[in-house]
Amino acid sequence: MTSSPHIHDDGAAVAARAERRWATLSIVIIVVIAGVAAFAGIHQATMPQVRVETADPTTLHIGGEFVETNLGSAAEPDGTVTVRAIGQRYSFTPQCILVPTDTPITLRATSSDVVHGLLIQGTNVNTMLVPGYVSVLTARFEKPGEHLMPCQEFCSIGHEGMWARVKVIDKAAFMNMTSNRRRLDCVE
Amino acid sequence: MLNSRRLILAHFWLAFGVFGLALLLGAWQMFVRSPLQAWISNPEWYYRSLTAHGTVMGYVFPTLVAMGFGYAISEAALKQALIGRRWAWAGFWLIAVGAVTAMVPVSMGLASVLYTFYPPLIGNPFYYIGVVLVVVGSWIWVALMSINLHVWKRDHPGEPVPLAMFANVAGSYLWAWTAVGAALELLFQIIPVALGLRSTIDAGLARVFFSWTLHAIVYFWLIPTYIAYYTIFPRAIGGKLYSDPMGRLAFILFLVVSMPIGIHHAFADPQVGAGFKFIHSAFTALVALPTLLTIFTICATAEVAARMRGGRGPFGWIKALPWSNPIMLATALSFVMLGFGGAGGLINMSYQLNTTIHNTQWITGHFHLIFGGAIVIMYFAITYDLWPHLTGRALTSVRLMRAQLWLWFIGMIVTTFPWHWVGILGMPRRMAFFDYSSPALAADAMSVTMSAFGGFILVASSILFFAVLIQNRRAPQAEPGEYRFATAIHPPITLPAVLNGHALWIALMVGLTVTNYGFPIMQLLVTPETSVPAVYVGAEK
Repeated sequence: MTSSPHIHDDGAAVAARAERRWATLSIVIIVVIAGVAAFAGIHQATMPQVRVETADPTTLHIGGEFVETNLGSAAEPDGTVTVRAIGQRYSFTPQCILVPTDTPITLRATSSDVVHGLLIQGTNVNTMLVPGYVSVLTARFEKPGEHLMPCQEFCSIGHEGMWARVKVIDKAAFMNMTSNRRRLDCVE
Repeated sequence: MLNSRRLILAHFWLAFGVFGLALLLGAWQMFVRSPLQAWISNPEWYYRSLTAHGTVMGYVFPTLVAMGFGYAISEAALKQALIGRRWAWAGFWLIAVGAVTAMVPVSMGLASVLYTFYPPLIGNPFYYIGVVLVVVGSWIWVALMSINLHVWKRDHPGEPVPLAMFANVAGSYLWAWTAVGAALELLFQIIPVALGLRSTIDAGLARVFFSWTLHAIVYFWLIPTYIAYYTIFPRAIGGKLYSDPMGRLAFILFLVVSMPIGIHHAFADPQVGAGFKFIHSAFTALVALPTLLTIFTICATAEVAARMRGGRGPFGWIKALPWSNPIMLATALSFVMLGFGGAGGLINMSYQLNTTIHNTQWITGHFHLIFGGAIVIMYFAITYDLWPHLTGRALTSVRLMRAQLWLWFIGMIVTTFPWHWVGILGMPRRMAFFDYSSPALAADAMSVTMSAFGGFILVASSILFFAVLIQNRRAPQAEPGEYRFATAIHPPITLPAVLNGHALWIALMVGLTVTNYGFPIMQLLVTPETSVPAVYVGAEK
């Protein structure tokens, strides 16, 4: 260094000050981002499932909530709707899920073989299906309509063909249908 | 002082050789799933190609670059001949043999399980054994980096460790520890099942182990790029590094906080509860900090250099930067891609926003932009910078190098921006075929076609890259002088022990991994009846 020690120290101090200001700002940005995420989570805007539940994929078809006759949409006494579904290579059961508008929906789903996933296009419904475990998530559909529901995780060579549908219908029409069928779907 | 030139060249040639092959597979995949190609007669070909592309680009290519660059750093920064060169060659050959062992069953269609493994799908055992050999080969490098630094410190008591070597060794420790997750999954879960010793496997636990590796591995890929930002870029533009301690802090933060955050890859998984998902989400936000610090330090470095060259004005100094220099250009283009990719990453880190794009094409777009874009363009820059010192011949075609870098940048943007967009529309990833005649998918057709053309541009760029290296072989011999790294404006004279060694930070890295992963792993280990039957691929044909 040819500059005098005094000037050197000044320059170093200015540099360190600028650096500290930026570091402080960076930390503030990160705290705000994490804070917003925590706030949204605590206010239930979207929350991951709290508990871990298990289901044996080798006995799904014999008994328990995922037997074939129990799959589809069920109206609950508290006015909500529970949808039960399973993924298997290379389809979902039911292949067309029927849900009402303006109703709290609980989706309970699992896999009977390998890892699958499902997402409902045009919504933020998106979950993995891991064999051995039950995926639980809640949703509410505002408008009637149809959505595609592809498998979103590679599940071997037929993965590209694993697409289901979700049909959202008017709440009154849905509730009418529940009077003569215990479990609803829109498979034709 | 580069004594181990043949060793380093071997690493770079093998790295870019396999990179070129995997890039062709990637471009082919972009093509066959776009509307440019009608139904692919056998979708299995696509998943075979995808497994090879991911395995090579994720495990083999960046590992070899980090290792080759690491040996160069050890010799040039420490000014000390590499200790353990024979071991280094053993590591190199383990990787070469491992890569071939893994790729033979993949190319035969016996292990189309993708590079993420995801059991209970189980492929041919040689695929997994090959991957393990690659990792073991790289662990030899980790040990050698540690030993070389240790010997240097013994001979230079109290002296500051050069920043390049400090960062290089931090990166090696990061890799050693992050690879443990996948190693546990492979050795204790997958390989026994693949060999037929067991027939069931806990798929949820395997996903947790894999997430331990899958996020921090990204920072292992990133470290050579950041080393280039801090220790090559300032020297290449004729300047000096703005702050040496801030650089050390950035690498320390990567070492400590890139590990205990991997469960953000499992936000949508049923086998992890909400609590640990939140903790991992918050820690993921923290990992943005070293990048924010780096952006400041490198931009300040560029500004100081530009003003020394006569640049003026609040933004006018940007014009004074040496834009014709390939390292300058690569760093600037890398920063642009890092900016877009980082913004996308902040979206992925929050559980709430992730639900919209989880496992859609957005995710593939995201990591191609960060890894293939921001990171790999600096691998090119490192190669260009180092090459004359390795071959003893000058790189003469600066225009060709600039064209190559621009093409890579344009190709990456054209590939990944539409890729992000179709992800937002809900297009799932890893599919061999899409029926664009369906009204619900027709909107994606244009974007996917654009992405495919982006892929072709990337192939064109890689051809130019090889042309630059091949031209170098015919260039006249030239003495390149000593290979040196950038010095700081205020070089450290003495450093506190915490900024000059890794022990405390390794302890924190391991400790935070245990607190953030220990409970979820223990809970899954004690939960009964979570193992499910394995599904062997290739068995049903």
